[in-house]
Amino acid sequence: MSKYLITIGLETHVHLKTCTKMFCGCSTEFGSEPNTNVCPVCLGYPGALPVMNREAVKQCVIAGLMLGCEINHISTFDRKNYFYPDMSKNYQTTQQELPLCVGGGVTIDTPAGARLIRIHHIHQEEDAGKIIHYARHSGVDFNRCGMPLMEIVSEPDLTSPDEAMAYLHNLRQILVYAGVSECNLEEGNMRSDVNISVRPEGQAELGTRVEIKNMNTFKGIHAALKYEIERQLYVVRSGGRLVQETRRWESELGETQPMRTKENAHDYRYFPEPDLVPVVLSKDTVEEWRSALPELPAARRERMVREYNIPEYDAGVLADEKPNADFFEAAAAICGEAKILSNWFMTDVMCLISESGLTIEQCALTPGALAGLISLVTQGVINGPTAKELLPELFRQGGDPTALVESRGLAQVSDCGALQSYVDEVFAAHGRSVADFLAGKKAAAGFLTGQVMKLSQGKADPKVVNQMIAKKFAELS
Amino acid sequence: MEDIALLTVAATLRGLKNREFSSVELSQALLNCIDAKDGQLQAYLKVDADYILKQAATADQRRAAGDDAPLLGLPIALKDVINVKGEGCSCASRMMEGYRSPFDATVAAKLRAAGVVFAGRTNMDEFAMGSSTESSAFQVTRNPHNLECVPGGSSGGSAAAVAGGEAIAALGTDTGGSIRQPASFCGCVGLKPSYGRVSRHGVAAYASSLDQVGPLTKSVEDAAILLRELAGYDPNDGTTLDIAVPDYASQLTGNMQGVRIGLPREYFIEGSDPEVTAAVLSAVEACRAAGAEIVDLSLPHTEYAIAVYYILANAEASANLARFDGVRYGHQTAAPGSVYDLYANSRAEGFGAEVKRRIILGTYVLSSGYYDAYYGKAQRARTLIREDYTRAFESCDVMMTPVAPTAAYKIGAATQDLLKIYLGDVFTVPASLAGICGISLPCGSTTDGLPIGLQVLGPAFGESRILSVAHAYEKIRDGR
Repeated sequence: MSKYLITIGLETHVHLKTCTKMFCGCSTEFGSEPNTNVCPVCLGYPGALPVMNREAVKQCVIAGLMLGCEINHISTFDRKNYFYPDMSKNYQTTQQELPLCVGGGVTIDTPAGARLIRIHHIHQEEDAGKIIHYARHSGVDFNRCGMPLMEIVSEPDLTSPDEAMAYLHNLRQILVYAGVSECNLEEGNMRSDVNISVRPEGQAELGTRVEIKNMNTFKGIHAALKYEIERQLYVVRSGGRLVQETRRWESELGETQPMRTKENAHDYRYFPEPDLVPVVLSKDTVEEWRSALPELPAARRERMVREYNIPEYDAGVLADEKPNADFFEAAAAICGEAKILSNWFMTDVMCLISESGLTIEQCALTPGALAGLISLVTQGVINGPTAKELLPELFRQGGDPTALVESRGLAQVSDCGALQSYVDEVFAAHGRSVADFLAGKKAAAGFLTGQVMKLSQGKADPKVVNQMIAKKFAELS
Repeated sequence: MEDIALLTVAATLRGLKNREFSSVELSQALLNCIDAKDGQLQAYLKVDADYILKQAATADQRRAAGDDAPLLGLPIALKDVINVKGEGCSCASRMMEGYRSPFDATVAAKLRAAGVVFAGRTNMDEFAMGSSTESSAFQVTRNPHNLECVPGGSSGGSAAAVAGGEAIAALGTDTGGSIRQPASFCGCVGLKPSYGRVSRHGVAAYASSLDQVGPLTKSVEDAAILLRELAGYDPNDGTTLDIAVPDYASQLTGNMQGVRIGLPREYFIEGSDPEVTAAVLSAVEACRAAGAEIVDLSLPHTEYAIAVYYILANAEASANLARFDGVRYGHQTAAPGSVYDLYANSRAEGFGAEVKRRIILGTYVLSSGYYDAYYGKAQRARTLIREDYTRAFESCDVMMTPVAPTAAYKIGAATQDLLKIYLGDVFTVPASLAGICGISLPCGSTTDGLPIGLQVLGPAFGESRILSVAHAYEKIRDGR
């Protein structure tokens, strides 16, 4: 069977983090009552004119700078004409001729090494509203209509669904680091259209392109790509011909289905938006923004290794999600125990994150509380097991670990008098284990330590207990 | 009060200020006038007497309380394309029958702040598409000088109301001549400001890169007074420019001495009514006699202007009017079977023939495969037309031309020959494409007694200049 090459390109729409919409003063808040964040501009009333949101332009340019794009110093908007009930003006204000950013790319790791996935351009546009279907009628919610979006168009440089995932993961990470989007997939902050084609090895021109529209989960994109590649390979291998078309991913069926073919493609009749003057960005402005750019994820990993003296692996895990890295750094600044902190974060805290489905920003744990908890352990106020019991509570309900330890009397017992009496009591009650130990079964010491801990209700410092037991055996032998 | 039909803005403001009459008295007199005349003229689509008198009473109270807003108590009629919060804005279309505006246009807000009484909504060509006001979905407005004739368009209702003594002044909009040409046909003054001088926010768009709001008045001085209140940068309209607004009226020197008047030869051509050309040339001669210098010049790309205009304006209109889909407001077809039916039937029922024609033409010229041949080429030609003017204004201060090749024509005559109507815009369209300013004022009449208009064109943001020259000519004309 001949070998086929797979070509994938992505068009990723990302909501920007502005307070107001692209061309009007309406709020961009998610989850409001339908049609409450609307005005004559975003509802397309006659006579209403768009007003450029400078903050959205800035965020789009910052994203471009983070992704290594060239910035167009003069950038223009165009109208894309099509009728659909969620598009109030029945044209979308977007950028076709002169987008804000061109070029750039995202580096991904592949089994063959790191590779740059090139970006063709990034343009700015407005989102559409949302159609809600009921049993006998449909409704339109225009709250989302006019929200600022940027569309990041990659070159067809991806060759597998896994590479597409790596690209999206790294792209998302950079955009979150840039501070220009939450990239919250559930809220539809980041949606992608994918273009896929297959061609026999050795053929120069790309195969017939199929577009799958509007997917908002990475998992869905991966599954859709996998399905679509297999479908295309099946068609060409069985001697069939692919048609250029747009398909939709039906996640419940696990397959793509045709939406429209090239013959039925929209003629968008783009032309320059006469209501908006070109966006002019001086070199000085762009350089000023460039000089204030946030750190890229790779730079942060390196810095964290250097600054906190933690292993590269730890830095990689922590820096993967910007909020986690922010949390870690804030906590490290308080307690100073970076390596212990990173162990706690990567195991216990991340476990709680995945169990609860909350993010570090959504949970009740603060950097101060985690730092405090770790300080209590390192200072010997509480022991490790007590701290591990307290953590889930701090994660869910919040609170101050020092106050909790105090009010519940969880401080460990290092009073030698009290501990000595527990040790004596255990030695008296478990003569068999004592004899085992003396006969050479060293493991018996662990059992005895456990019994002492039990008597102390977990509050004893295990290190001290071990020392006392060792001392007692020394006396006995 | 002198004859209300002759009352100018300047005289009205003096009378109100000196308490010679109140705004309520004035408004009532105006309403009586409308009652008496509008049955024939049909200039107004809507006159709400209670609403007008209530505003007038408020203005009188404000004056009594010491308020001295510049236009306090002055009634102004508005073309039915300008949004006033809570009022109708039908655009003379079935599509927008019964619509209530949720917001004020910037010009309405400015006039409101200046103390104006909104005095009725004037008829127009549907969505400002036309040159005779005959494409209004509701009524045919008549020319006050001859009821058999059209008032011009698209701001025909505003022009007829002012010229017919049913309004002291009115606002219109001009995309390719829609203020200047009806002013010429009706014998009043019509000013099209430079593109970017007056905000378009809240004015239902026909062609966004061309539309401008301007006054229709009985004198050049009135146009100057109103422009000062209308003009200026608007954060809600990114195409307005932040250039200071002078006190235009105080700059009307009446001086014609040394003014360089350009005569573009492409505007004095065969095909124009000889009476029109003669009247304009004799106005120019009067200016020369008063000390002006006449400069013969050429605007070589003028011949492309009509084609360029109808490509660009219709392209923009095809997108601007897409929002009228029956979903959020406006006419909605009864019981649509599908989304497609909702669109197709609502628009088929809501729009008139001329609007549909222009939407179809505009959609065509933007279509894939035709864009470069039509829209792209038209944009390039527009640049050449603009450059013609820039070059020409190096050798002259203003230009004088006819407003239209003919005086007003008979109602119904034009609908027989659409192309002829489109060609009738030949002298007004180029200035719109170039974004410059122009004013139309009466300079004589035909043997049939129909007014003839003189157009004074100036460079972008040269309103002071054209107002001053037009005012000087007005004085010569009237022997003042």
